[in-house]
Amino acid sequence: MALRGNLRDITMTQLLNLVHLASKTGTLVVDGVSEQAYVSFRDGKLAYARVGKDDGSLALVLHKANKINANQYRAIVERAGQMTDKELGLLLINAGYVSQEDILLNLQGYFTDVVRRLFSWVEGIFRFENEMLPPDGRINVRLDLENIIMEGSRQLRELEQLQDEIPSLDMALVFTNRPRSNVNLNVDEWKVVKFVDPKNTIRQIAGANKLNEIEIRRIVYGLLQAGLVELARPAGSIVQPNPKQFPTKNKEEQKSLINKLISRIRSM
Amino acid sequence: MQTVKMVVTGPFSAGKTQFIQSVSEIDVVATERKITSEEERSVKSSTTVAMDFGRITVDEDLVLYLFGTPGQKRFDFMWEILSEGMLGFIVMVDSTRPETFREARSILETFRAYAPTPFVVAANKQDAEDAWELEDMRNALRLDKNTKILPCIAIDRNMVKTVLLELLYSILKEMDAGK
Repeated sequence: MALRGNLRDITMTQLLNLVHLASKTGTLVVDGVSEQAYVSFRDGKLAYARVGKDDGSLALVLHKANKINANQYRAIVERAGQMTDKELGLLLINAGYVSQEDILLNLQGYFTDVVRRLFSWVEGIFRFENEMLPPDGRINVRLDLENIIMEGSRQLRELEQLQDEIPSLDMALVFTNRPRSNVNLNVDEWKVVKFVDPKNTIRQIAGANKLNEIEIRRIVYGLLQAGLVELARPAGSIVQPNPKQFPTKNKEEQKSLINKLISRIRSM
Repeated sequence: MQTVKMVVTGPFSAGKTQFIQSVSEIDVVATERKITSEEERSVKSSTTVAMDFGRITVDEDLVLYLFGTPGQKRFDFMWEILSEGMLGFIVMVDSTRPETFREARSILETFRAYAPTPFVVAANKQDAEDAWELEDMRNALRLDKNTKILPCIAIDRNMVKTVLLELLYSILKEMDAGK
């Protein structure tokens, strides 16, 4: 049976486990909410991965790892467009820009980061293509999946805990009345703090900052723990009318009712 | 017959059922079940799976119902239903179990989001030797200075009455303030 479904039902960790246990060869294609990812395996080991607009090429990987600068990257893309990654790698090694170890370590790190990113996708259609291998010319690695799976499990547990702490992303954030002093915020936290307003839901803040669910939950959780913000009902949201709260709409009768309750409890 | 209700909420094993039992004039209709989870079993042997239900009759025309929520997260779908139409709510917290404070804070925020009604925090088991001080609990629960955090012993009827009265005073105060 074809391996296909939705990440809502089968987590990325479970998928990797399947690939690992069955020593599968092929490519897992995941259509996320806003991006598509390709993760290729050979005999149950991670061989290659790319996500979104990044092509996963050696030049891009080395550029992202600051092994080559922007000008060098641009020159490679322009002049060595037809060259395979293996050829480019040899050229760069021979020219003394990088070592073979550099190339392998950076590719491994990049591919692992792509998979790590997929752990935070809670929604997305996936399919496993048995026949699909990484694009020709790309350098493949052979990375055991055990550690990646363990890391994914930890991240999944974290997400579950964060979901407990922040039950809904449709809530807004407001600053607390008694913020703690000396709270040090990093850049991502500042980006979120900038949008703290009863008019913005957490989901909207995540969208504005291009943060996925686990990233926004992690930041909001940190801000909650620091006592800087608290959850609130979004401004303008419709508060469900609560006609049964009091049996009467008359304010004086409502107060009289509360006073009756007070007298009764005092006399108990 | 007019009826009004208050909700008693809080983490698992905070003392909600006992709180309601202490003041209810009827035997609390507790929907308790034996515990299956090993972790939860170490704390108590049975737990509320849907809700507790107590009653205080004021006069022929007015009855106050007290609803206790199930403490475990897996039943939190019940919370919104129970919070509908409540006058206010009480968050029970076991003063001797700081590991539950974070969950108490989360429950409190969830209930406030469901219904912006007055609430008080009842610090249960204040008679225990290892009970946290109220002000320490206020800090741990990140309550502002206007939030009432009250000492409580859920089996002590007078202390339970005080908690209920304080909630009613808060409700009156909000009504006077025109909220």
